[in-house]
Amino acid sequence: MKILSVCGMGIGTSVLLKMNAEKVLEAMGVEAEVIAADITKAKRDGEGADIILTTPELVVLLEGMPGKIVPIDHVFDLTEIRQKLTTALL
Amino acid sequence: MNSVLQQAFGEGSIKLSQECLSWRESFEVAGAGLVESKRTLSSYTQEMIQAFEELGPYMVIAPGIALAHGRPSESVLETGLSLVTLKTPVEFGSSSNDPVSLVIGLAAVDHDSHIDLMAALSELLMSQESVNLLLNATNESDVRSYLS
Repeated sequence: MKILSVCGMGIGTSVLLKMNAEKVLEAMGVEAEVIAADITKAKRDGEGADIILTTPELVVLLEGMPGKIVPIDHVFDLTEIRQKLTTALL
Repeated sequence: MNSVLQQAFGEGSIKLSQECLSWRESFEVAGAGLVESKRTLSSYTQEMIQAFEELGPYMVIAPGIALAHGRPSESVLETGLSLVTLKTPVEFGSSSNDPVSLVIGLAAVDHDSHIDLMAALSELLMSQESVNLLLNATNESDVRSYLS
């Protein structure tokens, strides 16, 4: 499974999302590679992504990319990330 | 909390109980903290402001918390953080996380050498108790002793 975590600059939010998604995925027992990226890199390397984690404001910029776009409101909320990833994986 | 964070917040990077009327003013203070602690040139502050203007309030990453940052660039001298607490919370235009009381400035020299720092920052901000402690701190030494 390939998951992208995407933010505008590729150094802040996407890195936090990647770390917290990895924690959640490990607890769920899901094998996945999570790649942090800015929008440009995501569009370039996004091929084959199953899920794209991002923040609500950036969803519109990622539309049309392969994979389910999952907006996360609160990047430190592991419960929210887990619930949304569980739904996306169904 | 740990030495990674201690090192990231250089001298002059912590600005408490600031009176800011807008997201822009708070970014200017967060940028000044990075400049004073010699992590960035002042041009980086403009880059953070420009990034927010382009991409909007996505930098408000959790209730009340904004992560002010630009891209790795020539304006970044060394990876580092700054911390600004706002006396009066400010609306940033975030649909789910307004108003903002805590602004963390972030500068990174590249895309991946600051991963340990982000892990430490995440651990700190994940705890509401830590966030409240930072918000209620009245002097820098309180924050420093809490980070250590």
